[in-house]
Amino acid sequence: MAVCVAVIAKENYPLYIRSTPTENELKFHYMVHTSLDVVDEKISAMGKALVDQRELYLGLLYPTEDYKVYGYVTNSKVKFVMVVDSSNTALRDNEIRSMFRKLHNSYTDVMCNPFYNPGDRIQSRAFDNMVTSMMIQVC
Amino acid sequence: MADAVLFEFLHTEMVAELWAHDPDPGPGGQNMNLSVLESMGFRVGQALGERLPREMLAFREELDVLKFLCKDLWLAAFQKQMDSLRTNHQGTYVLQDNSFPLLLPMAAGLQYLEEAPKFLAFTCGLLRGALCTLGIESVVTASVAALPGCKFQVVIQNS
Repeated sequence: MAVCVAVIAKENYPLYIRSTPTENELKFHYMVHTSLDVVDEKISAMGKALVDQRELYLGLLYPTEDYKVYGYVTNSKVKFVMVVDSSNTALRDNEIRSMFRKLHNSYTDVMCNPFYNPGDRIQSRAFDNMVTSMMIQVC
Repeated sequence: MADAVLFEFLHTEMVAELWAHDPDPGPGGQNMNLSVLESMGFRVGQALGERLPREMLAFREELDVLKFLCKDLWLAAFQKQMDSLRTNHQGTYVLQDNSFPLLLPMAAGLQYLEEAPKFLAFTCGLLRGALCTLGIESVVTASVAALPGCKFQVVIQNS
């Protein structure tokens, strides 16, 4: 399960960031921040390559010894970054994809909420609950 | 899919309500009403711009985004595609619809030509909002030569 989930706006500021082990949150914030460079690199690489298919799912951004970071970018240039525990080897690619799809659907619902101003921090409880369901601890 | 007329009726009522209190508000009031309609369309366009391209692959360039507007957005909102898209390749696009569903029930010709802009303001905002979510700052204006056809001009703002 995910250890940290972040939603980053087009202008590269966080709209939503939450991590499970509540100690050492700063470490995850820093990891998400550094992963933004990798995301930008992938996006510009996609633009130059003459590949017909341009996927939204970016895949594994970079692995560290304890964690793996995955990325996904929407058509509105909103980025989702997910940090998962490396020890959890049971997580396969299509599971990560489905988690990102759920995130995208919940984010779209937040956008369609008339009480939400695009660009504000996400404070929707429904979104929170969906992220909690993705971050349920193993232990 | 919901019946198209539901949105048409709601839209007509929106315009009617804004002008109901003061049928002749003068140029200042007129502009106020038009910008209220446009900003409503803008917020709706922002949400649509997030929801509609969900299962699609990433857009590669500006023209792709405009094509998405003409095909998918128009299809979702008005159950038809835009009739023509022209560009001068320098940031200006003209989207032409020869039988715009919101103008169809009004007239077919030159009658009600001065009232037509009121019914296009919301749609201009819709286009601008969708473009904004997809990362393009623009100014959208509409013009009518003869109902029910209309043209939307999109000018991309490059800083």
